[in-house]
Amino acid sequence: MNRDSNAYTFIFAAIMVVIVATTLAFAATSLKPRQDENVRIEKMQNILSTIGIEASKEEAQETYEKYITEELALDNNGEIVVEGEEAFKIDLAKEVKKDEEQQRFPLYVADIEGKKYYVIPLRGAGLWDAIWGYIALENDVSTVKGAVFDHKGETPGLGAEITQAWFQERFENEKIYDTSGNFVGVTVQKGYSGGNDKDDNAVDAISGATITGDGVTAMIKDRLEYYLSYLKEQNSKVALK
Amino acid sequence: MADTKNKKEKSPVVLFVAEEKEPLFSKKNRKLLSDPLDDNNPITVQVLGICSALAITVQLKPSIVMAIAVIVVMACSNVIVSLLRNLIPNRIRIIVQLVVVASLVILVNEVLKAFAYDVSKELSVFVGLIITNCIVMGRLEAFALGNGPWKSFLDGIGNAAGYGLILVIVAFFRELLGSGKLFGFEVLGHKGATLAESTGLYALGYENNGLMLLSPAALLVVGVIIWVQRSRNRQLIEKH
Repeated sequence: MNRDSNAYTFIFAAIMVVIVATTLAFAATSLKPRQDENVRIEKMQNILSTIGIEASKEEAQETYEKYITEELALDNNGEIVVEGEEAFKIDLAKEVKKDEEQQRFPLYVADIEGKKYYVIPLRGAGLWDAIWGYIALENDVSTVKGAVFDHKGETPGLGAEITQAWFQERFENEKIYDTSGNFVGVTVQKGYSGGNDKDDNAVDAISGATITGDGVTAMIKDRLEYYLSYLKEQNSKVALK
Repeated sequence: MADTKNKKEKSPVVLFVAEEKEPLFSKKNRKLLSDPLDDNNPITVQVLGICSALAITVQLKPSIVMAIAVIVVMACSNVIVSLLRNLIPNRIRIIVQLVVVASLVILVNEVLKAFAYDVSKELSVFVGLIITNCIVMGRLEAFALGNGPWKSFLDGIGNAAGYGLILVIVAFFRELLGSGKLFGFEVLGHKGATLAESTGLYALGYENNGLMLLSPAALLVVGVIIWVQRSRNRQLIEKH
């Protein structure tokens, strides 16, 4: 058959596509369980690292069960609708696409030597694609214990730096309520000059990553808002300044 | 990619299309492997694949994984394209090459995600970007389409190893000077909060060079490698 004829070209392309598609589909399906397991372990590690506990891959499951005492999900009125492992499995990426009324808001409660921490999963938009993370609040439901962020496709070296420890450490001990008691979240601020001030509800931004930083600000503010009533109820005794 | 083709090939082997019997590791075949490591290095001589060399060479571990990934992709794609070289319709040959490379890269990415999740996250988009690595397409077009599978295999391994070698050298210096570590181990001693708490070099007041952690540092290191290489082998110096 003539190698330059249209028919040959079409047949070649068709066969090639079928072979390639089968191979890739087979590989993707057979590796899926292992990949999902990796994602699950990583989620546990992320949740643990917001409360200051680093766990290796092997220990993640065990450490997680040790410290995380409650897994729940709220509805948008702050009522508990799901409890236990089901709450862990909730995929925030799918939840945020739903209407507010139908969304479920997962919340993980940790207990370290009698101190309670609330870990809240976050999800929002960066510059190119989704960004997400976890933020842990201390018992006063205002002080940030720790935060981790991750992203799908932010610019390496700029927006992608939100995954770095030095950026995430800036959130530690920040407050999500301002001094008059209004909920403001934590703002990622350009040209921040507050130094080590932990009461100004702001942290220094990353140069060249303004939009990713704004995404982080918005994500913290938008997601935390849904949990406020529940958290307040849990801590009615704690007077907020 | 056009640059590669137009560039005068330094190795005579590339022009030589051998189909007759010869030993597997004949002198010419060995040259296919060794040339790209030094005199015809894809990064320092042909100046290809620089972009990924900048991005992933902050630490040794990801660079080694990247090097292995590129070796696997290049060896396999060179062999596949070489086996198909008499079947591929000329008009869609670039697309066929792309499909071959892209599927291999997706496979590598899926395997990394399943078995080396941390590394795959660290390499993030750069595994995907092997598809657009000029070295891969350049070798397919310039070599695999005109040579047998065994020669193409060697050529693929050689060029990818030449690329990987530079990655590892650059990463070695960047990790050592930038964070005082190799493979994550603190080889220069531990840097404490104060001089008294530090050990090793840090106790003498040594500081890490933060510039080495930024992308431009890779260019500096590559520049030094090119300089050293050309002063050793004057034939590589371009005539103007």
